[in-house]
Amino acid sequence: MISFTLNGQPVSTEADAATPLLWVIRDEFQLKGTKYGCGIARCGACTVHLNGSAVRSCVIPLAAARDAEITTIEGLDENNAHPLQVAWVEAQVPQCGYCQSGQIMQAASLLADNPQPTEAEIVATMNGNLCRCMAYIRIKAAIQAAASAGQEV
Amino acid sequence: MATPAKNPPAELTRRSFLVGTVGTSVLMGFGAVLPAGCAREELAAGNFSPTIWFEMSPDGDILVNITKAEMGQHVGTALARIVADELGADWNRVAIKHVDTDPKWGFMVTGGSWSVHQSFQALSQAGAAGRIALIEAGAGLLGVTPADCVAVDGQVRAGEQRLSFADVVQRGTLDRSFSAEELAALPLKAPADRNLMGRPVAALDVPDKSTGQAVYGLDVERPGMVFARPLVPPTRFGSTVNAVDATVAEKIPGYLGYEVLKDPSNTCQGWVVALADNFVSASRAADALQVDWSYGPTAKVTEVDILTQGSMLAFGSDTGALWVDEGDVNAAAQTAAQTYEAVYTTATALHFQLEPVNALAEFDGDTWHLHCGNQWQSLILPVLATALEVPEEKVVIHQYYLGGGFGRRLVGDYMIPAALTAKAVGKPVKLVFTREDDARFDCVRSPSVQRLQASLDETGQVTGIEHAAVAGWPTLGNAPALLADGLKDSGKVDSFAISGADHWYSLPNHRVRAINNELAQMTFLPGWLRAVGPGWTGWAVESFMDELAVLTEVDPIEFRLGLLDAGGKNAGEAPVSVGGASRLENVLRRVREVSGWGESLPGGEGRGVAICAGQERTMPTWVACVAHVAAESAAETIEVKRLSMVIDCGTVVDPDGALAQAQGAALWGLSLALHEGTFITDGQVRDRNLNTYTPLRMADVPALDIEFVASDEFPAGLGEPPLIVVAPAIANAIFQATGVRPRDLPIRKLS
Repeated sequence: MISFTLNGQPVSTEADAATPLLWVIRDEFQLKGTKYGCGIARCGACTVHLNGSAVRSCVIPLAAARDAEITTIEGLDENNAHPLQVAWVEAQVPQCGYCQSGQIMQAASLLADNPQPTEAEIVATMNGNLCRCMAYIRIKAAIQAAASAGQEV
Repeated sequence: MATPAKNPPAELTRRSFLVGTVGTSVLMGFGAVLPAGCAREELAAGNFSPTIWFEMSPDGDILVNITKAEMGQHVGTALARIVADELGADWNRVAIKHVDTDPKWGFMVTGGSWSVHQSFQALSQAGAAGRIALIEAGAGLLGVTPADCVAVDGQVRAGEQRLSFADVVQRGTLDRSFSAEELAALPLKAPADRNLMGRPVAALDVPDKSTGQAVYGLDVERPGMVFARPLVPPTRFGSTVNAVDATVAEKIPGYLGYEVLKDPSNTCQGWVVALADNFVSASRAADALQVDWSYGPTAKVTEVDILTQGSMLAFGSDTGALWVDEGDVNAAAQTAAQTYEAVYTTATALHFQLEPVNALAEFDGDTWHLHCGNQWQSLILPVLATALEVPEEKVVIHQYYLGGGFGRRLVGDYMIPAALTAKAVGKPVKLVFTREDDARFDCVRSPSVQRLQASLDETGQVTGIEHAAVAGWPTLGNAPALLADGLKDSGKVDSFAISGADHWYSLPNHRVRAINNELAQMTFLPGWLRAVGPGWTGWAVESFMDELAVLTEVDPIEFRLGLLDAGGKNAGEAPVSVGGASRLENVLRRVREVSGWGESLPGGEGRGVAICAGQERTMPTWVACVAHVAAESAAETIEVKRLSMVIDCGTVVDPDGALAQAQGAALWGLSLALHEGTFITDGQVRDRNLNTYTPLRMADVPALDIEFVASDEFPAGLGEPPLIVVAPAIANAIFQATGVRPRDLPIRKLS
């Protein structure tokens, strides 16, 4: 049995330790906001936080989550109003929306580490997250807006 | 994408529009032509067959039913805005619902950038009819005449008196029907009086897509379901299963066995499906199952084989079906002072929608239920019925958000193995394709070969162009009933594999032949990929125009302007193409102003231009693009610095949504030009995941200037046209920068 903290709640699972964390989150704990896209850590749709760092849950084995704190898009903000989520709506970022949980989780990790990233730092961090609708212009603008909003607070 | 009705609003206008109180709500929808005073009974009995339909609750909340698939275009928001504006609704009260495939909704397809274009008139009229019915009922309650009333912000107003729509619904009895003639004669708002259309709006689907709450097909579960992953066979057609060895799979915890699918619809040929009580085990079992297949006849086919076949057909003098036949190109060639020709190719391209295809199938004892995202329910329903051996009315498709469509989900073939597996095991089955499975089962954009030949007179004037376009045809493989007739009894033609070649340049002699590549057709199921035919015919047309401009030593924009005389068939027709080629001239002149065209550039940089008229001549969207590129000797050095684009799509219903679609389409064009493309090898696509298939990323995004022409003309589609111009504009810029003329897409080398 593997125990960890999921969005602030203690959980445990009997799933095989080699199971990618993604499927445990989605199918056992029924948090469907984290998406499956490529399965090889190249699209970023499955991005969650492991002890605050963005990781690709499609390749991270469940064993890596043992005793760790896992945060998904559902747990990013209790009111679903993280500054990035506010900025995402304000900038009308999502098109199909499938990658956006991962985009937001990746960006949240960036802003937590570096509240005022340069444009180049944003691009370097977000380049691993594919948006097939190619909403990149708005993703970048929304991250910049959220960073600015953070500065004002 | 394809619909059999050339002018879909017509199918709605032949029926009457009903507005009636049913229970405590007011329903509005299209029904049979009725005598007065029967609207309530008809609506209550469910006797309506609308493709558009909405209702108002006693609280004044308005629910607009959307039959179109939501795949990133915010289509529900755009369509609901059209209704709500004419209705005089309070936008904050409007919600949308994506409906299932009950036959009452009519023909269901989302694609071709058609949704707003085809729904605009009918939705406007429906909203106006609802407004009139509400005003009549409200006037009665207020004790005034309808002529004294207006409907604004969800209220019926007469002078200082105000009555909310909620009050009208609660206290009034609505029972009104409008004949087709009455409906057509209803006063619609003048553009200046619109309160919603053309104004900024927050799309209704965006909040859920920013919080992880939006439900996609992959997210759906049903009680008692089991998980499945298919083993996609080695060839798309003709594979058969000889034996399956499950020795290794049986050791996987949770493994529930496998099924060899028998498919009366013949969609799945040689399929095996692995089952487990969780997806990871099903996926591992699929990897562990050892299947002995007999391969189909295309097991060794390569991209080169298909392109070679394409070249042979392109160089035949009378191959294919006639799509354009103006004047006499042969005579023009015989009298030409000069002739010029070029051959262009495009490589196989994947949809790579980010949500791999998947479906959940469940039988409730009476009816089959398919849960997934899909763009063309009406196409796959009869196939599902055939596969399951049940009548079509015993199959319902439930719609969810699409994790990308781009044309992939026009083809609903991924539902078939889910349904067959569920039938075989007697349980609900959630069948998920891995990313690699999805790529191997993709209905790819066919590789293409196009040969263009021009005749010019002694002054350099183009006297004729012959254009032969060869590819696998998506409509032939998926919906052959929708093939068009070629001119002069020249045979069937897939308009979705040739549209765009019938451009708006005026040429005295012009012949276009659409030619099917049979080897492509045998090897894979050709699909519709965003921008479809014009997405690759435009590559050849606009590259060739540029070559002719260079040949005749005329500025590429001036050269094009010289052929855009808006004469004859290019004058345009009301309502959809008012102005014709003069609107193309307009966007071209405008992009010349905004792009810095003609201003000097450093060495190794260049600007290139391209134009297009969207998806079809019957729904033109006028686009002009200038690409500013830096390039040296190798393809890896190509840097797109800026794309400047001017778009005239008529009335813009949702300006920010339109910009989002145009941004995405333009970057798709860039991605297909420089970053995508695969090869067929051993009868299958070589690149199956992001390690080798590499769509554009954030770091690759150039400066992007997009301008819309202010217009009150009929709205045209927008999700695809901006894609078409980007690749040829880039190639034309590369030529200016390097003197090398790219003719193969994607642009992989400069030599």
